[in-house]
Amino acid sequence: MNFKNKLKNFKRKYRSSENIYNARKGPSAASDRGTQRQDMFTRRAFIIASAQGGIMSLLALRMGWLQIAQSEKYTTLAEENRINMLMLAPQRGTIVDRYGIPLAVNVRDFRAVIIPDKTEDMRTALKKLNDILPVSDEKIDDIIKQSRRNSRFLPLEIANNLSWEDISAIEVNRPFLPGIFVEVGDTRNYPLQASTAHLIGYVGRVSEKEITGDPVELLPGYKIGKTGLERFYNDKLKGVPGQREVEVNAVGREVRDLTVVGAKPGEQMTLSIDVEYQRFVQNVLSKHKSASAVVMDAHTGAVYALASHPAFDPNLFVNGIPHSIWSELLNDPTFPLTNKAVSGQYPPGSTFKMITALAGLETGDIKKSTRVNCPGHFNLGNAKFHCWKPEGHGSVDVTQALAQSCDVFFYKLSTQIGIDKIVEVSKRFGLGEKLGFELAEEQNGHIPTQAWKRGRFGEGWQAGETVISSIGQGYMLTTPLQLATMTARLVNGGYAVKPWMTGYINNTKMFTQDYPKMKVSDNDLTLIKAGMDEVVNGPKGTARGSAINIGGMEMGGKTGTAQVKRITKEERAMANRRQEDLPWRLRHHALFVGYAPVENPRYVCSVVVEHGIGGSSAAAPVAKELLLEIQKRQPDKIPLLPNGGMAFTSPSPEKRKG
Amino acid sequence: MAKSIQLQETNSAKYKLLHLSWGLIALLFAVAMIGFLSLYSAAGGNVDPWASRHMVRFFVLLSGCLIIALINIRFWYRLAYPIYVLGFLMLLATEIMGQVGMGAQRWINLGIIQIQPSELMKIAVVMALAKYFHSASLEDMRKLSFLIPPAAMVFLPVFLVLAQPDLGTSIMIVCAGVAVFFIAGAPLWIFITGGLATLASIPVAWLFLHDYQKKRVLTFLNPESDPFGSGYHITQSKIAIGSGGLEGKGFLRGTQSQLNFLPEKQTDFIFTLWLEEWGFLGGLILLALNAAIILYGTWIAFNCRHSFGRFMAFGLMVNYSLYVFINIAMVTGAIPVVGVPLPLISYGGTAMMAALISFGLIMSCALHKDSKLPRMI
Repeated sequence: MNFKNKLKNFKRKYRSSENIYNARKGPSAASDRGTQRQDMFTRRAFIIASAQGGIMSLLALRMGWLQIAQSEKYTTLAEENRINMLMLAPQRGTIVDRYGIPLAVNVRDFRAVIIPDKTEDMRTALKKLNDILPVSDEKIDDIIKQSRRNSRFLPLEIANNLSWEDISAIEVNRPFLPGIFVEVGDTRNYPLQASTAHLIGYVGRVSEKEITGDPVELLPGYKIGKTGLERFYNDKLKGVPGQREVEVNAVGREVRDLTVVGAKPGEQMTLSIDVEYQRFVQNVLSKHKSASAVVMDAHTGAVYALASHPAFDPNLFVNGIPHSIWSELLNDPTFPLTNKAVSGQYPPGSTFKMITALAGLETGDIKKSTRVNCPGHFNLGNAKFHCWKPEGHGSVDVTQALAQSCDVFFYKLSTQIGIDKIVEVSKRFGLGEKLGFELAEEQNGHIPTQAWKRGRFGEGWQAGETVISSIGQGYMLTTPLQLATMTARLVNGGYAVKPWMTGYINNTKMFTQDYPKMKVSDNDLTLIKAGMDEVVNGPKGTARGSAINIGGMEMGGKTGTAQVKRITKEERAMANRRQEDLPWRLRHHALFVGYAPVENPRYVCSVVVEHGIGGSSAAAPVAKELLLEIQKRQPDKIPLLPNGGMAFTSPSPEKRKG
Repeated sequence: MAKSIQLQETNSAKYKLLHLSWGLIALLFAVAMIGFLSLYSAAGGNVDPWASRHMVRFFVLLSGCLIIALINIRFWYRLAYPIYVLGFLMLLATEIMGQVGMGAQRWINLGIIQIQPSELMKIAVVMALAKYFHSASLEDMRKLSFLIPPAAMVFLPVFLVLAQPDLGTSIMIVCAGVAVFFIAGAPLWIFITGGLATLASIPVAWLFLHDYQKKRVLTFLNPESDPFGSGYHITQSKIAIGSGGLEGKGFLRGTQSQLNFLPEKQTDFIFTLWLEEWGFLGGLILLALNAAIILYGTWIAFNCRHSFGRFMAFGLMVNYSLYVFINIAMVTGAIPVVGVPLPLISYGGTAMMAALISFGLIMSCALHKDSKLPRMI
């Protein structure tokens, strides 16, 4: 019996291990194969199951090692003398103008914080605080929401910029405010308020979408750049957090510092902006409802002022803007939050005519002496294109066509040179694409091409579209920054200058003043400049009313009036309905690009007065004031140096509590 | 005659409900309760935001799991390849248009829910392999040409998952695939050469790792090199576990888990919290429960009368055990941090869904262990 069993077992074993792959013939082969497979499965599954059991035991051993063998060591670490790592907040880099005048600084302030772990009920504690320091229900909900995301040991900011009265009130009532403390911290401050709002931008709390998982984001009151330079150079400005290892006793009190690695403050930025001039520009623009301007160096590309009106106080945003003010700013039809100098896109109107003229000179379709008769309109097939002057300009050459802004001259020219050439020259002069300026808000503008038209509308380019493009209408869009750059390239001898405003980051030079000479004829540029001179200083020039009559300071330029909506036949029939009678948002935009002095141009500017009706009536007078003032200030006479040539005042790495 | 009566009986809903693997369901519930307690504690003694949703998900997905179990195994047999193709296409879609989350492209948004196709792919690979090997003879298993298609079934999705990049999931798919190859009877030399080749290719693979993956391995080797990053998590996790000791600090009293913000304490590091509060004994309870679950699943595989069920049930069990092993080894600092959750305990929908789908299929094997499946190649 016993032997029989053993034999059976032996046979089974033998079959499964040796003959496993040997197929057998005969009637029972199929079922035998089934058994073989089953055996194979059983054996191998058993091997894996054993391995699983083995791993399970190893994991149990590992747990035992940590929790029994080494338990004492870890308990000591955990309970008696815990090492607590604290992060030290880095100070944000400051921003100064070309003379070292601070534009964005950090001010020390006192803030109220709550540590969720040190209070039984956050809501009750915050409600009690509300009796001495107003905390809205909205804010309370927000803090409780934040506390779910963070560790219960990390303080959360309730309010900042506390006055001495607030601080003493909280300290006196400390026993009734469990978990609420007063901490010292830094808050960003913009001393020039609205004047630099669009340039510098502002910082704000990290929103849910912006969380990257960087531990520094958990620091109470930590803020990142949201707009402007604060956003563009956030990585340079933010600095590197330090760390502090402290020994903590069983009740959590700090016993002593073990190691302290100081926070590395953010880098300091020196701008090319002349902030007093910037304020002047902002002030001049404020005479209009909505306007923007750029003033830059024609040769170096340094931006001296870049302004957009109306503006807002960026300090409002730092500590969380009240909802009412926010929605007011958001719904304002003049878009105070938008930096129109870089993100406003307008048809360039007649300020584009220099490009069309230059294209004509380059193709040889016009020369200095070429004259065109303007009867007040231009016919192309069945279409009739009107000059802005219904009675016509008579016979004009290129200089007078620019000076008097004769549309017909350019209509006719455009049909000879074609859209492709116009596009090519526009691109060369910096239109239709970003210039790489240091603001994320910068927009592309738009120079329509035949390929774009086909792709966008599925139809070919019309000859009439070339005609309206020649005077900067139709699909053309440009930003004030692009118009200033275009002007600079026209008057600086044809160098491909680019606008910039970041002079130095700490001591590192961030700009270049050497630009390549573009492929353009000096004679052509001289002729264009003569036309722009004539616009302001000629007897028939459209901007003659805004001439600067001081020897050596004269300005040149070009007016532009851009249609917001196409003029219908009916409106034209209504004998040129007066623009002043239209609602504000339908009136024409007023543009002007200018440079000064006429001899050896140094400064260029572009001005856009939104819905200002006429380039010569609204924009040119602004440009006159801007170009006159910059020639008096002459910021280029003093070389741009880090922090205006003064020693840095930013603190060295210091010990501060996070 | 008797047999046909029995067949009728085994197909009735009443019979199926009575013969469901209730023991296994009880074990799963026990593990999910540990998840509930841990998440309750992780939120500082609050059912919000994790614990309550964890249990709701568990019960919703458990009912789905029971439906899967009641469906005849023949249906799953027939659907094995279509499911595989569907999973593969979803993986491809993730690769092409998936959302970038946590530094890796893993999620696909289906409108209401976001799912991780790679999690489901682990199941689909095991199912497809089980079907492929179901009608194979041992002679077939010795032919290299016969083994190439199933090998492709494993490695095609693995390449996609690697590209996401998700090293942990890729390794798990390969391991589960290798296990099915092994139990189906592929010759031993394949595993030996495969193992050697893998060892030899490690230096090359290092070059293809993403920076964050290299960093994880390096911080594992030297945790102090990155005090605020993953090295910090490992150190903190070990302190929390070690200080828990034999009996733990007690429910809701695991201050270490909450001190110094252990990130993802509700997901990958939830077991740390459990070990701190319930100690070595609590850890053993969880290990024992998981051992019982794995044994139960393996027992189902052994009892199944058709190869498809045996291979699938066993492969899925291996897959489940890999989750458990990798997660526990990770939080105890025995292997680098690879981001694998602890099934039914970590907070997260996809992992729980994958686990309960697996158990649904395993229970379907148990209910339909005597089903006749077609033999077709």
